[in-house]
Amino acid sequence: MRRMEADVVVIGGGATGASVFRDCSLRGMQAILVERGDIASGTTGRNHGLLHSGARYAVTDSHSARECISENKILKQIAGHCVEATDGLFISLPEDGLDFQQQFMQGCADAGIHAQELSPKQALQLEPAVNPALIGAVRIPDGTIDPFRLTSATILDAREHGGALLNYNRAEGLLIEQGRVQGVRCRDLRNGEQFEIRCQAVVNASGAWCHEIMEYADLSVDMYHSRGALLIMGHRMNGMVINRCRKPGDADILVPGDTVSVIGTTSTHVGRDELETLEVTADEVKTLLQEGSKLAPSMLDARILRAYCGVRPLVAESSSGGDRSISRGLVAIDHGEQDGLPGLVTITGGKLMTCRLMAEVATDKVARLLNISVPCETASRPLPGAHLPEPIGRKMRQGQSRYRLPDSSLPNSIAGSAVYRHGDRARSFMQEDDHHNNAVVCECEVVTRGEILYAIETLNARSMSDLRRRTRVGMGPCQGEMCACRVAGLLASQQENGDEVLGSLQDFVNERWKGIRPVLWGDALRESEFSYWVQESLLGLSSLQPEGKAEDNRDLYHEL
Amino acid sequence: MNLLVATDRSFDSCLKCTACSSSCPVAAVLPDFPGPKQCGPDGERLRLKSRDFLDVALKYCTGCKRCEVACPSDVQISDIIAQAKVKYGEDKFRLREFLLSHTDLMGALTRGSADLVNKLTGTSVVKFAMDKTLGIDRRRQFPAYARQSFRSWYKQVEEKQHIYARQISYFHGCYVNFNAPELGQDLVTVLNAMDIGVKLLAKEKCCGVPLVANGFHKKARSHAEFNTRACHTALKQGSECIVSTSSSCAHMLREDYPAMLGQSEQQVHEHIIFITRFLSHEFQLGNKPEMKPVRLKVGYHSPCHLIRSRGVLHTLNILREIPGLELHQLDSNCCGIAGTYGFKKENYTTSQEIGQPLFDQIEAGEFDYIVTDCETCKMQIEMSTSLQVLHPVTLLAMGMSRGK
Repeated sequence: MRRMEADVVVIGGGATGASVFRDCSLRGMQAILVERGDIASGTTGRNHGLLHSGARYAVTDSHSARECISENKILKQIAGHCVEATDGLFISLPEDGLDFQQQFMQGCADAGIHAQELSPKQALQLEPAVNPALIGAVRIPDGTIDPFRLTSATILDAREHGGALLNYNRAEGLLIEQGRVQGVRCRDLRNGEQFEIRCQAVVNASGAWCHEIMEYADLSVDMYHSRGALLIMGHRMNGMVINRCRKPGDADILVPGDTVSVIGTTSTHVGRDELETLEVTADEVKTLLQEGSKLAPSMLDARILRAYCGVRPLVAESSSGGDRSISRGLVAIDHGEQDGLPGLVTITGGKLMTCRLMAEVATDKVARLLNISVPCETASRPLPGAHLPEPIGRKMRQGQSRYRLPDSSLPNSIAGSAVYRHGDRARSFMQEDDHHNNAVVCECEVVTRGEILYAIETLNARSMSDLRRRTRVGMGPCQGEMCACRVAGLLASQQENGDEVLGSLQDFVNERWKGIRPVLWGDALRESEFSYWVQESLLGLSSLQPEGKAEDNRDLYHEL
Repeated sequence: MNLLVATDRSFDSCLKCTACSSSCPVAAVLPDFPGPKQCGPDGERLRLKSRDFLDVALKYCTGCKRCEVACPSDVQISDIIAQAKVKYGEDKFRLREFLLSHTDLMGALTRGSADLVNKLTGTSVVKFAMDKTLGIDRRRQFPAYARQSFRSWYKQVEEKQHIYARQISYFHGCYVNFNAPELGQDLVTVLNAMDIGVKLLAKEKCCGVPLVANGFHKKARSHAEFNTRACHTALKQGSECIVSTSSSCAHMLREDYPAMLGQSEQQVHEHIIFITRFLSHEFQLGNKPEMKPVRLKVGYHSPCHLIRSRGVLHTLNILREIPGLELHQLDSNCCGIAGTYGFKKENYTTSQEIGQPLFDQIEAGEFDYIVTDCETCKMQIEMSTSLQVLHPVTLLAMGMSRGK
């Protein structure tokens, strides 16, 4: 059996695992990240993309609120190309009254969140999409964050500091010898090969699945899995985040993210056995639209691209109340201290906003195990690409663009989009006169050939969906209808195994379809019909599949 | 065209089928122009994210609206692009755009000095100077101004219009008034022969097409309000409808005014009709002027905006009523001038390349005349080919005069 060695193995390639991977690497440890799928393919990639100011927790959970505002400021500094400081509004509608607003202002003041009370007129001026029936509004420093790119940039930094990423490798067991965890048994899911990684510490950062890793050591944790459903609208309807100023409830946040707006969430309990089969229900869609349109009425006639849901890994601390009353705070366990099994640290709970902080706490524990005294630098060290032309928040000169490639004559739709996604690293794949590589592959989201190749070569993308997470390819209104086959061609040019690319194209198309199905009416329905016609009738996609797989595809399409 | 209303949301319905881009005359000849899909619905999503993502190449859009004709999802692509030009364009006064777009003002200024102006704009010195200082391409031929405006000629026939049983109003537009009064005269001849009297609006302003194309939207809106009021009065005073002999003016008055001004004056806008639609309807009812065989071979060029207004059929219908006419419908191909677009230096080559297949077909066709409904198509074809271009109404009048 193949053996590898490292100081630390991190299990789980979500935002938290990636941040631990980075923190360890920056502190000089030789780290390996093991992820059974792709980075950010679990809970990390299935949330709102909200850069919390903490205001949402100001009344109910002051501790989380403080954590959020502190991380909010840090992320704006270190990850300028992954976040947008849009600011947000907490609006009160007639049915809410203004009582909560008073508590809310106090809560924000207590947590150190800058909150500015606005008249309805001022709010409408700042954000024309907001429900004009509002009776009050508060402006807070919310923003938007792209979880995929945050994770990707974090991992890139770790790798540039000596870390190794093993995506599509599953941790199948812990090597426990002499009463301590000494490594991880893994399997390469692409060729089935088993191997071992020997290390001094293992960090279990598998989030909603952390109980599975703990079971390898006969440990357990009382997880409460709460599922939240969201809808993606066809375009960016609002410039600022819009929240309801009331106790957290269903569909009370509308986040403008990249080219779209996202409304969410719902909150329902799911059992452990349901973690892999998450589908959004018709009731959830109805609730999201009904409640969401109270934030922004124009949502009712806007196009919906797709629906998705994710699972929050909440750690049950008490048995009382629903999941919204459980703390969203982080949980870090040194199993040496708690269970007499040194060498294993579990980090879970928390939220995307606090991934860096969670990593700092977990890495501190690992550093103690390894006797390393290098301090944490992640709060001040910018992520790769984060050097944008101007610091965030400062007003641009007239006509000057924040997302631009210096001295470039390329169209801003193309160069700007690349900079928006990859910051100053866009230069590494966007050359002025390289017409071939500057050709646009995904027209909805303006992804070039060069960006796709960069994601394959530098960002470890191995499948179509990996490329989507790193570049937004296929995330626009056509959901891959036009670009899927172009991208598959590019991927095939970089990989030896053609069958694997075909399989990944098939997975990609089905995964897009899964998200469209719950909102299959109007434009989404027309688009699906057209996609089916292009991909199936014209290009014969399922007939290109390796034997066996073709059946799945037909089944899915036949439900149309 | 929702120029002053909230953003047009029709882009949400775009299926990304690219039918628009494959029918775009500009994209076919200009590699730097990413086409209507990317400038329109795709670009709008990016611009809503931030104006940072504006692709300035959308300025190459001619506004021909062929994309809207092609679109199976009713996306107002051309309007979205026009709005983006205003919303994200530089808010700077440009003399060239002002001069090219204020067609009524320019016409009025040349009153009494038409011969001199025509001579001047035809000389290479002036052309050179306009090229260098204004950016108006020196190879472009300017439309000649008429010695007498249509309105002043009309005074001679105004009295006798009352003798006809029915009355309609004529929106002559800047071109007929200042450059081609003979077309207006032909219209009066044809309609009078059909026992219809022709009135003019008490006063009219430029319909606004060149103003919109050159970024003078406030002005265009005030013109729209003015003209709507004038049409309203004309209808109240007994005109059956208001006709226009310009396919672009008619499209603006009938289809774009309601979007600009809201639906309140819909009744008025519905009564504004392009002339061939009116005539074709009358012919169908049997009200046709008497004509003798013309024995001419003509090629008919369909203007982009008439295609968009679904009006080509009507023109063909009336042309087919002219006895002896050998009518050939030319391939549907934008002539390239697109109003003031082709006058601009940076667009001249694009403009001519777009029109080249049309020019070739015209030259190869051994026609006596080319027929088209649009005045700028006429300018372009006459400049770029050896043929003279007639308006369908002029051809009708020719048929009648031969009959006399």
